[in-house]
Amino acid sequence: MSDDHVYLSLAEGHDDSDARWAFGTGFEDPLHGVDQSVPEGTDTAQLAAYCLALGDDALVSAQRLAQWCTAAPELEEEVALANIGLDLLGQTRLLYARAGQVDGTGRGEDAYAYFRDADAFRNVRLAELPNGDFAFSITRLLVLSSWRLALFERLAVTTSDPVLAAIAAKGVKELAYHRQYAAEWAVRLGDGTEESQRRMRDALAAVAPYVDELFAETGELKAEVLAVLRQVTDAAGLAWPETAPVPGHGRDGDHTEHLVPLLTELQSVARAHPEATW
Amino acid sequence: MVTTLLDARRARHIAAQVPDPEMPMLTLADLGVLRDVEVREDGTVVASLTPTYSGCPAMAEMRAEVAARLTDAGYARVEIRTVLTPPWSSDWITPAGRAKLAESGIAPPGAAPRGPVELTLSPTRRTVACPRCGATDTEETSRFAATSCKALWRCRACREPFEYVKEI
Ligand SMILES: [Zn+2]
Repeated sequence: MSDDHVYLSLAEGHDDSDARWAFGTGFEDPLHGVDQSVPEGTDTAQLAAYCLALGDDALVSAQRLAQWCTAAPELEEEVALANIGLDLLGQTRLLYARAGQVDGTGRGEDAYAYFRDADAFRNVRLAELPNGDFAFSITRLLVLSSWRLALFERLAVTTSDPVLAAIAAKGVKELAYHRQYAAEWAVRLGDGTEESQRRMRDALAAVAPYVDELFAETGELKAEVLAVLRQVTDAAGLAWPETAPVPGHGRDGDHTEHLVPLLTELQSVARAHPEATW
Repeated sequence: MVTTLLDARRARHIAAQVPDPEMPMLTLADLGVLRDVEVREDGTVVASLTPTYSGCPAMAEMRAEVAARLTDAGYARVEIRTVLTPPWSSDWITPAGRAKLAESGIAPPGAAPRGPVELTLSPTRRTVACPRCGATDTEETSRFAATSCKALWRCRACREPFEYVKEI
């Protein structure tokens, strides 16, 4: 094994025909070999749009979490946030692949992630807000993972699409870890120093106005999710703030001014080299 | 018919020996990601794999390696299927796999949680034995580690850090 160049040695013994270089190139359809049929009577446009919206939530969240790399308070937290982002990116890939199968265009994940503009994204706005301080990012993660966990638990047993149900069932196990991580940090910060408690209070006040939007389509989940959030704020010695929601919905294509710069960065390489393969 | 059965057993054996790219002390069978191998009447081998985590970057590598080994073994038509349901559980790691993990200094997972996911905020005492010295005086340093499926722990007795495969 030639060890003078780490990438060359990784690629050694893999001829060009076989695209599996260090997990790197030739990423294929993540739903490769999964039964693609759509149950009869499905509103395919609606199912595709829903998969896309859930994928957008996860992609935008994953990008924000990745921005903590080299900036988190401790290496362990950086690894944790990156791992959570990786799980969400995995969910994104599955959901985009399903959207492409269902909407009949056969588009792949790259088409959705890299070649749609901000006004075509349907993620909730909470996902796109800038990272702020660690308390803000933890509070947002707590809210989004609690909501997505409740949603995926429900979807796993209620959606008539077997592929979406399977993606949701798998996601539940991952999201349970994300929520647990965020909840423990929220308690530690809320129940910590005067400074960490102040930051948690500010974070809750900044996040709360974007929480109503999460339940626009799934009002029946609101009580369940808020009960979890209150369980955490109680344990942290904080109160869940009652604030007026910010009007608008990311699901309708309303976004804050923060989505465009996020996507510009995320899409810059793919757009500069549209023929490139990964 | 007999040929097909023997063939299926041989094909299964070949696929089962493929190492996991991220924990190469385990085979795909040890890890429980190889769900099924069958040989169709026309001779096509169909191997079914399930990802451990949605974002598992090793899935493409696993697929390629299973296909390559079966092709090398003389199977002209190989099909790799991805099975998403039921989702992978750490309970599927075989006893042999658990023994190999422990030998490599990685603590194997306990029983995976079942039913609705509850949030627990009171400190839970989970006993994880140090894979090096066997002491149970251990603590979690990070729930997330170098790969999605592992957490970082530390042994207070022998002072060594170790990895721990999480229950999912
Ligand atoms: Zn020890």
